[in-house]
Amino acid sequence: MKTLKIEELSKNFGTTEVLRKINLEIDEGNFLVLLGPSGCGKSTLLNIIAGLETINEGNVFIDDYNVSKVEPKDRNIAMVFQSYALYPSMNVKENMIFGLKQAKTSKEKIAEQLEKVSTFLQVDKLLERKPSQLSGGQRQRVAIGRALVREPRIFLFDEPLSNLDAKLRVEMRREIKKLHQQLKTTVVYVTHDQTEAMSLGTKIAIMNHGVIQQNDTPENIYNKPSNTFVADFVGSPSMNLIKGKLIQNSNNISFIAEGSNLEVPINNYDFNEKSDLNNKEIYFGIRPEHIYFKKLNEDDFDINLRADLSEYIGHEQIVTLDYSNQEILAKFPSTIKIELEKEVKLYFDLKHTSLFDLKTKERL
Amino acid sequence: MQDNLQSSSYKELEQKSKYTNMFLRWFLYFVLILFASYFIFPLYVMVVTSLKTMEEIRQGTLLTWPSSLNFDSWLVAWGGRGYGAGDTFLRPYFWNSIKMVVPAVFFSTFIGAMTGYVLTKWRFKGDQWVFLFLLFGCFIPFQAILLPMARTLGTLGISNSVVGLVLVHTVYGIPFTTLFFRNYYISVPTELVKAARIDGAGFFKIFFKILLPISAPIIVVTVIWQFTQIWNDFLFGSTFSFGEAAPIQVALNNMVLSSTSVKEYNVDMASAIIAGIPTLIVYVLAGKYFIRGLTSGAVKG
Repeated sequence: MKTLKIEELSKNFGTTEVLRKINLEIDEGNFLVLLGPSGCGKSTLLNIIAGLETINEGNVFIDDYNVSKVEPKDRNIAMVFQSYALYPSMNVKENMIFGLKQAKTSKEKIAEQLEKVSTFLQVDKLLERKPSQLSGGQRQRVAIGRALVREPRIFLFDEPLSNLDAKLRVEMRREIKKLHQQLKTTVVYVTHDQTEAMSLGTKIAIMNHGVIQQNDTPENIYNKPSNTFVADFVGSPSMNLIKGKLIQNSNNISFIAEGSNLEVPINNYDFNEKSDLNNKEIYFGIRPEHIYFKKLNEDDFDINLRADLSEYIGHEQIVTLDYSNQEILAKFPSTIKIELEKEVKLYFDLKHTSLFDLKTKERL
Repeated sequence: MQDNLQSSSYKELEQKSKYTNMFLRWFLYFVLILFASYFIFPLYVMVVTSLKTMEEIRQGTLLTWPSSLNFDSWLVAWGGRGYGAGDTFLRPYFWNSIKMVVPAVFFSTFIGAMTGYVLTKWRFKGDQWVFLFLLFGCFIPFQAILLPMARTLGTLGISNSVVGLVLVHTVYGIPFTTLFFRNYYISVPTELVKAARIDGAGFFKIFFKILLPISAPIIVVTVIWQFTQIWNDFLFGSTFSFGEAAPIQVALNNMVLSSTSVKEYNVDMASAIIAGIPTLIVYVLAGKYFIRGLTSGAVKG
């Protein structure tokens, strides 16, 4: 039994296609993050799961029960919004129990739930306050509390941290993670922030233009992006994509960048399909953090590149390098002194490379 | 030496800017007083004239102070002289107006709030067209609809009645009240409605429990607007009612124009002031809540 299953779901706003043939499954207790740039359809998908948007095609199942035409209140879900959406005229207590009162829950049960959740979230001292008298973090907690008291099957979060300042955002992120660890409720969480997605999710679904690009664990999203969009979207700075082609002779496969004749051996790369590789035009993908200043592994590939620019950002520096007229970035500890306008000897970690077809942009 | 020279020239500049500021300030006061008197002058003449006897009015000028505080003309304006036929006074018509203005303001405000709520939070296909057509109502000259409205009231059997006037004012108030509420609710985050729907609240519950409690500022604005419009209306009142059912503005007109013998300026002035007092009260009372509503709002963080 899947807690949530989405089947061949499509959604249009007039003639604009917002979601196209979405298929998605979540197991009990998982934390699924929908990640993507703005306008990719992730919030629409969340609203559809909540029942706040109608569906054009396809179905949504909660616990194997088709809820496509079920009212939001009957779906056994709770949602936390970006603006918190606390009812301004009610105090914290009234906000939290509003849903239970609508559901005609008994007074004792309401009191018990309120007590439990408000102590758990440390808002028990704030019950009489109005939302306008709360700080951003407290509002966030109350919004989560309002969702918690209903003991839903699925929690839906719609960019809940993006209204907070940077420091508070990191704190609240940790609290949400802790919350999930303790409650083990299934969560669907929408964000455009990759750090949030990576740190919170047990699964990440990356979306673009209404299509799921990759649905995988954070590790696989980071290490084995399934196309150039994912490779470029995740990671900061994003993965270097070097244009070039493959050379295959007898047992050796290597990569040659455009305008260069240096062969980078990639014999150990785990190809999806190993046929017809010779002369294939590809992107050679390597993350800035996988270019080293010192040799770390036996098979690191050493290469001389000209350093053009260095950006100091405290604990590390981002160096712009020139690889036969293609600009690539590398990340080093800021203790390393790098001379600009000169060739530096560097090492590519070949265990952490990704190759993409230049035409289809898909992973090889 | 250099420093001394510097500081003395600074002192000079300081003096100069002080004089300029002083001049500007006095000029500002002068202009303000000028405008204030321009608005106060007619009111002064009205109040002063209403307190004079006819004798005094004939002998003095417009601006002369009354010899004593004499409220006789006010009493006459409100309650009449006590003799039978031909005695027009404001009291019954004042209550007519109250009976007209209270329900008309209530219904037009309530319906406007509802419509604004639907147009912003329960959007449907073509809602912007509905809104556009409603807006036309704000621009239609009311003279243009007098005849069809008269027919309608006749068919409904409520012409020449307070009920008929309530209907007319409600209908023609809705475009304005809808505009006010729509523009207010459009800034209320739609996420509130979504949250309430997930919590299990329906259409009316969301309106009454979530939106209406935060609408105080715009309700006050709408009430002030509608009250002033309806209370001061003469066109609809004089067209759709006569005699007993007339609102106060129509009665005022009849009183002032139909005086058979001598023009009683003092009674006329007192009547005009009485007819204007309720709007003034609404401004003074609601204006305070209006400002309070604006400052305590805080829908969003």
